[in-house]
Amino acid sequence: MNLDCIVSDDMAEVVLSGDFIGYDDEGLKNAVYRRLSEAKIRKIKFSGALLRKWDSSLVVILYRIAQDAGVRKQELVYDRIPDNLQKLVRLALSVDRQPEKGVVRPRSFLENVGAWGIEIWRGIKKGLDFIGHTMSSVMRLLTSSAVMRRVDFLFALEDSSYKAVGIVSLVSFMVGLILAFVGAIQLKTFGAQIYVASLVAIGMTRIMGAIMVGIIMAGRTGASYAAAIGTMQVNEELDALQTMGISRFDFLVLPRIIALTITMPFLTMLADGMGIAGGAFVGITLLGISPEEYWKYSYDALDMTNFLVGIFHGFVYGWIIAVCGCYYGINAGRNADSVGLATTKAVVTGIVWMIVVTGILTMIFEVLGI
Amino acid sequence: MKQNEAQIKVKNLTVAYGDYVLLKNISFEVCRGDIFIIMGASGGGKSSLLRVLTGLMPAASGEVFIDGINFSSATPEEQKKIMRRCGILYQSGALFSSMTLADNIALPLQQYTNYSPALIKELVSLKLALVGLRGFEDFYPAEISGGMKKRAGLARALALDPEIVYFDEPSAGLDPISSKLLDDLIIDINQSLGTTIVVVTHELNSIFAIGGNSVFLDANTKSIAGCGNPKDLLKNPPNETVLKFLTRGEK
Repeated sequence: MNLDCIVSDDMAEVVLSGDFIGYDDEGLKNAVYRRLSEAKIRKIKFSGALLRKWDSSLVVILYRIAQDAGVRKQELVYDRIPDNLQKLVRLALSVDRQPEKGVVRPRSFLENVGAWGIEIWRGIKKGLDFIGHTMSSVMRLLTSSAVMRRVDFLFALEDSSYKAVGIVSLVSFMVGLILAFVGAIQLKTFGAQIYVASLVAIGMTRIMGAIMVGIIMAGRTGASYAAAIGTMQVNEELDALQTMGISRFDFLVLPRIIALTITMPFLTMLADGMGIAGGAFVGITLLGISPEEYWKYSYDALDMTNFLVGIFHGFVYGWIIAVCGCYYGINAGRNADSVGLATTKAVVTGIVWMIVVTGILTMIFEVLGI
Repeated sequence: MKQNEAQIKVKNLTVAYGDYVLLKNISFEVCRGDIFIIMGASGGGKSSLLRVLTGLMPAASGEVFIDGINFSSATPEEQKKIMRRCGILYQSGALFSSMTLADNIALPLQQYTNYSPALIKELVSLKLALVGLRGFEDFYPAEISGGMKKRAGLARALALDPEIVYFDEPSAGLDPISSKLLDDLIIDINQSLGTTIVVVTHELNSIFAIGGNSVFLDANTKSIAGCGNPKDLLKNPPNETVLKFLTRGEK
């Protein structure tokens, strides 16, 4: 047995022998701890003459015994165990600071509802404050007093323009293709598959093109804005900007918002075109419609109002995505986790707001008869 | 295992980033149970050398032997096996921010041992107590000071009872008291556990407080400009660069 406890009168001897490498005999350890807790024991002596190899699993035992002995005011005699083992136990027992952590009282249901309400109200205020600052930053740009580096703007423009062309083209082509397939199944039942061309043309230009670009750019560019600015928060770069008296909105938010609101309408146009091409692929190759006929029906269905409505949606989505990305980046915490959280929130909130705004705009256009 | 035998041997090592050479053909030995200082001015290649010693960066040429095994030419699996016997305290502590201190320290124990959860819990408490953080188990890194983060990082580095512990600029960013506490802790760990300790630093107070043996890396010559006990180097400086460094350029 590696661990033993011999009690005589008011003294206990803890005998350590053999190897203590990864020693984990819970039963034996607890038996020794129990014996040492007997009220009559006033002195504990460690004996390690037969001790061979040991690691932290032995120190853990001595440390626990020493801690308990401290509480019970028992005297400890270490001199028969190796010097370095004694030192380790003494080192572990010498506390230079006691933790102080506020105790969080559990909240009642009503308190939780109240706290939730306050949190939402604060979030709304913070969001409006951010939009206000962004707008005043735009105003400063118009009066040429904003500190926006041209290179930052060009970099953001590059990132959200031609670098996004590939993915936007691919996804939009596939959406046009899916739209045509789904439409064809129904239209075929009454021999009207030729109207697939009109369906895809109207669907893509009016809303689908803009929505698809919005979703892609929220996941791609909005997330990257939040991550980049969030990392700057972690590295105290935002603090440095503030102490230098440079507006974060001019320096970080403005170039990104302007870049994305400029490129989004163009990307929407690209998506419209690629969606129609996707529809044409299905119509011509699978439904047997001749190319001339398909393009004729598509052209007839294309309407400038629908096209402009789609472009306007793209413009609004660009603004929403950029604002969400920058907002969550600037409000990120100061650790690695919070950057991930900010990125997720930027994407999710961006997409949710896009859908909400689409609903509102659709109602407005309906009322206006557009 | 004998004391005074070389545990780490660096032979003709060249450290470089592509064509940019930081250190050329350096050689030195670190004895088992020693506290060894790698010192030098900023940009001298100290941290890069540490990255090579810990397998985070390949050597441009030359070899590093740990306990006689060629670490530089070892396979990633063999390197992993060797590094399991080593602990590293990074400059920032490098604690995982989403985990409590207890979870941070328990991670290597859960990864590499079959210990029961109860023993892991006890070991975590012990390691925290050893670095003066008894009772801080449930704290997150964001809730403790910079000095405490370093000590918690050290507790994690000590989790597996390593034979070698590497310290990257342990005193960087610490106040004099915290810095002294950490220096004392390094000495305590070395004396009580017999751990070989390699410290990369340019803090003179720490160098003189803990230094057993040392090498001075010279950024200009890309080589070792001096080696030996820092106090002896101060008394008999081998060249002006070492003298300037050890006297803060006052002599």
